[in-house]
Amino acid sequence: MDITDFYDTFFEEAAELLEDMERHLLELDIESPDPEQLNAIFRAAHSIKGGAGTFGFDVLQRTTHIFENILDHLRRGELRLRRDIVDTFLETKDMLQDQLAAYRNGSEPDPEAFARICQTLQQMALEELGGQGAEVAVQAPAPIPAVEPAPSPEPEAAGAPAGGEGAERLRVVLLGVAEKDRELLIGELGHFGGILAQGGDVQRYEVELATGESADDIEAVLCFVVEPEQLEIQVLATVPQALQAKEAGESTEAGSSQVEPAAGELSPPVEAKKTPAAAVQASAAAAPQPGPAASGKPPANGNGESTSLRVPVAKVDQIINLVGELVITQSMLDQMLGRLDGATHSELVNGIALLQRNARDLQEAVMSIRMVPMDFVFSRFPRQVHDLAAKLGKEVELVTVGKSTELDKSLVERIVDPLNHLVRNSLDHGIESPEVREAAGKPRTGRLTLSAQHQGGNILIDVIDDGAGLNRDRLLAKARSNGLAVSDSMSDDEVWQLIFAPGFSTAEVVSDVSGRGVGMDVVKRNIQSLGGHVQILSRQGQGTTTRIVLPLTLAILDGMSIRAGEEIFILPLNAVIESLQPRSEDIYAMAGTDQLLKVRDEYLPLLPLHQVFGIPGARTRPSECIAVIVQGEGTRCALLVDELVGQQQVVVKNLETNYRKVPGVSAATILGDGSVSLILDIADLQRLNRRQSAARQERAAAIEQELMLS
Amino acid sequence: MTSLKHADLAAVIADTHTREFLVFSLGSEEYAIDILKAQEIRSYENVTRIANTPDFIKGVTNLRGVIVPIVDLRIKFHLERVEYGGQTVVIVVNVEGRVVGVVVDGVSDVISLPPEQIKPAPEFSLSLSSDYLSGLASIGERMLVLVDIDKLLTSEEMALVEKTMA
Repeated sequence: MDITDFYDTFFEEAAELLEDMERHLLELDIESPDPEQLNAIFRAAHSIKGGAGTFGFDVLQRTTHIFENILDHLRRGELRLRRDIVDTFLETKDMLQDQLAAYRNGSEPDPEAFARICQTLQQMALEELGGQGAEVAVQAPAPIPAVEPAPSPEPEAAGAPAGGEGAERLRVVLLGVAEKDRELLIGELGHFGGILAQGGDVQRYEVELATGESADDIEAVLCFVVEPEQLEIQVLATVPQALQAKEAGESTEAGSSQVEPAAGELSPPVEAKKTPAAAVQASAAAAPQPGPAASGKPPANGNGESTSLRVPVAKVDQIINLVGELVITQSMLDQMLGRLDGATHSELVNGIALLQRNARDLQEAVMSIRMVPMDFVFSRFPRQVHDLAAKLGKEVELVTVGKSTELDKSLVERIVDPLNHLVRNSLDHGIESPEVREAAGKPRTGRLTLSAQHQGGNILIDVIDDGAGLNRDRLLAKARSNGLAVSDSMSDDEVWQLIFAPGFSTAEVVSDVSGRGVGMDVVKRNIQSLGGHVQILSRQGQGTTTRIVLPLTLAILDGMSIRAGEEIFILPLNAVIESLQPRSEDIYAMAGTDQLLKVRDEYLPLLPLHQVFGIPGARTRPSECIAVIVQGEGTRCALLVDELVGQQQVVVKNLETNYRKVPGVSAATILGDGSVSLILDIADLQRLNRRQSAARQERAAAIEQELMLS
Repeated sequence: MTSLKHADLAAVIADTHTREFLVFSLGSEEYAIDILKAQEIRSYENVTRIANTPDFIKGVTNLRGVIVPIVDLRIKFHLERVEYGGQTVVIVVNVEGRVVGVVVDGVSDVISLPPEQIKPAPEFSLSLSSDYLSGLASIGERMLVLVDIDKLLTSEEMALVEKTMA
C-alpha cells in the first residue's frame, strides 16, 4: 500500500481540525480564555503538523509549526490574547486551508503567502513575547549552534527527543497491521526518536521507542495510517541518559539534514533558520510537562470515527433508489393480493402487511440518512459575522437557535448562499453602528439570531436582527424613483416585498459588503427554485426578521395525482389551492383563443393541460373538466384536468440525468405500478401555455393575412 | 433480459483488434452497434409519453428506479412498419454517461468483425447521415450497417441531450 492512499484521509481530517480550530478561535473569550479551548486549538495545529510531516507536505508542516509555537506560548499564559491576535490566528487558519487545498489539488502552496504568514507570526512572537520572545528571535541567526550541543535542543521538525529529562521509553504495539503498513509505521516512529527494539508478527508487533513526544501525539500521527484500535501505547520508563544522548545525536543528523535544504529554497534565509530555533523553544518548554494536551483527551481526529461513518452521497442515493424500488414492488404485490380471496390466503395477507410496514420503515430510515443538522450551515457564520462586523466597525453578537434541526443535505448546500446574503444584509443595513445604537437607547452590541425549526413538512429558517428595521418611507420613495407602481396605502407586507424587486437597494452607500441591489431578488429566486418562499417582518427601530420557509427535502414531494386522457401527472401539493367543477357561465373568452374562469370575483386564465401537452382522448369542454386552481411563482391559473386521482407522497426522480429538461415538467416519479409519471412545474407550464398561445395567435394572424391578400 | 459481460469482451478485443458488434434488425435491414455500448436488452414495456417532443422519442420508462428515455429508431429512420410485438426489444445503451433505451425489431446476433471487413460508409441516405455511421460490413449475403451510437444519440437532431451540452 502506498502512503498516498492515506492522503484523502489526512485532507479530510485536517479540514475538520481546521474547522474546529476556527470555531474555538471565534468562541475564545479574549479577557479570560478558556485553557481547554486554547489547548484544543494547539492540539489541532499540532495534529495537522504531525500529519503534514508524515506525508511530506513541507510548507504546511512548517507553517503549522510556527503557529503551534505561538499557540504554545499562549496556552502557557506567556502571551496575552488580544482581538488582533485572534484575527491573525484566523488569517493563519485561512492560510493553512489554502495550503491544504493546494496539496489536495496536487500543487505546491503559494510560497509568497507562506513567507508572509511566517513573517507575520514571527513578528508577533517577537513583539508580544518580549523577553522570552526575544530569545526566539535573537537565536535565529545562529540556529546551527543551537542544534550542536548534542542531547538537549532538537529541531522538533524532525520529531526527535526534546530534552534531557522528559524522554520516555514507550512500547508501541501494532495489532493486526499488515507488513507493508508496518514498515511505514516503523519508519514514522523513527522520526519520533530512537527505536530501541522491535519484533513480533502481524497480529502483534511491538516497537520500543525512546522519545520526547507524548504517547497521544504519536497516536495522533499514526492514526492517519491505522485505526486507533490497532494501536496500543504503553509508557515503560525514562530512558537512561547515555543511551538517549546517543539516540538524540543520531537523529540530530537526520534533523539538520532536513532543515538545511529548506533554508536553501526559502527566499529570506533568516526566516527559515528561525524555524528550528523557535522549535527549540517550544519543544524544550513543552517537554518537561506532558501538558494538558497529552494528559487526558484522545486526539481530536480519533474522536468521531467510532460513532460516524463517511459515505459518498452517491451510495446513499443508490440505497434510496433501491428502497424506492422495493416499495414499488411491495405495492405491486399488494395490488395482486387484492385479486386473491382474503380468507383462504390470510397468511399471505398478513405477510404482505408486514412487508409493507417494514418497507415503509426502511424507506423512512434511509431517507433520514440524507438529513443533516442545520449546524452544518450555521457553523459557517460565526467567522463571517466576526469578519464583517470588524470591517463595518460594528459590534455584533451572533446567536444560533435550533442547530440540531435537520434538513436534507441537498438543500443544505443550496441554502448557504441565500443565507449568506441575508446575514450580510442584516449586518450592513440592519444593525446600526455602536454609537447610533447607544443614541437610540439600545445596547452597543447588536444581536443577530439565526434560528431553524420544523413546522409540519417545512423548515423555517429565520435571520433576525435587532437593528433599525426597514424604513417604509424610504422604500416607497426608492420604489417610485425606480418606476415601480406603489401607493402610500400599501400594507407593510406589500412594502417589504418591494426589496425583492430586481435592482432594488435602499442602501445609501454601496459598500463591498452589500447594497448593489442584486441580492434580494436572487435570494427570492433561489428559495423559490427550492420550492420555498421568503417572508419579512420588520418594525422600525426594533429590527427585521427574514424567514425562509423550505420543504424538508427535495427527494420526496407531497403530490396530487391528476388524470388527463389516459395520462397521470403529479401536481406538487403546495402549488394547489383548491379544485372545483367550473360552470359554463363562469367561463369568459378573452382575445379570441384565451379563456378566463371566474372564481369568487377573481378572473383566472384557463390552462387546459390536454391542450398544452397535446394529450389525446381528454375532455376538452371546460365545463366537463375539473379546474384545479394552482399557483406558480405568484401567479394563479385554473388548470383543467379530467379527474383528480388522489393524494400521495412521491419520490422525486431527476429527468435530466439521462434525458433533458422538459418544458412544463420539473421531474418525474415512479407510481405504484412501476410506471413513470411526470411532476408538473406550474410556473413553467404557464410560460409554455403563453408561448403556445402566442404562436397560435401568430398563426391565426398569418392565415388571416393570407386570406386578405388572396 | 440479458446482461452482457463487458470486461471479458474488452479483453478479447484488446487481443485481436477484432471488435464485437451487436446485430439488430429494423424492418428488413440489419444494423449493428459496438457491443460495449450495450448495457442490457429488455422487452418493450409501456412508456410514459412526453409532450412536445419529436415522435421518435417514445417517452420515458423506469429502469430499476432510474428514469430512462426510449427512442424508436424505426420511426427515426422512417421505416414503414412500426409495430410493437413480442419480438420488439429495447437495447439499453450507455452513451457518454447517459442511459438510453433504443427500440428495435429484434436482436439477432453478436459477431466479431476484424478491421479489414469493415468498409467505409458511402454518403447514401437522407434520414441517416453518414456522420452517424462507422462503416458497412458484409457477411456472406448479409450487409450490416454499423451505427456510431454515440454520435447518433448525442446529435442535435435526436433532441435527447440539451443543446448546451451537445
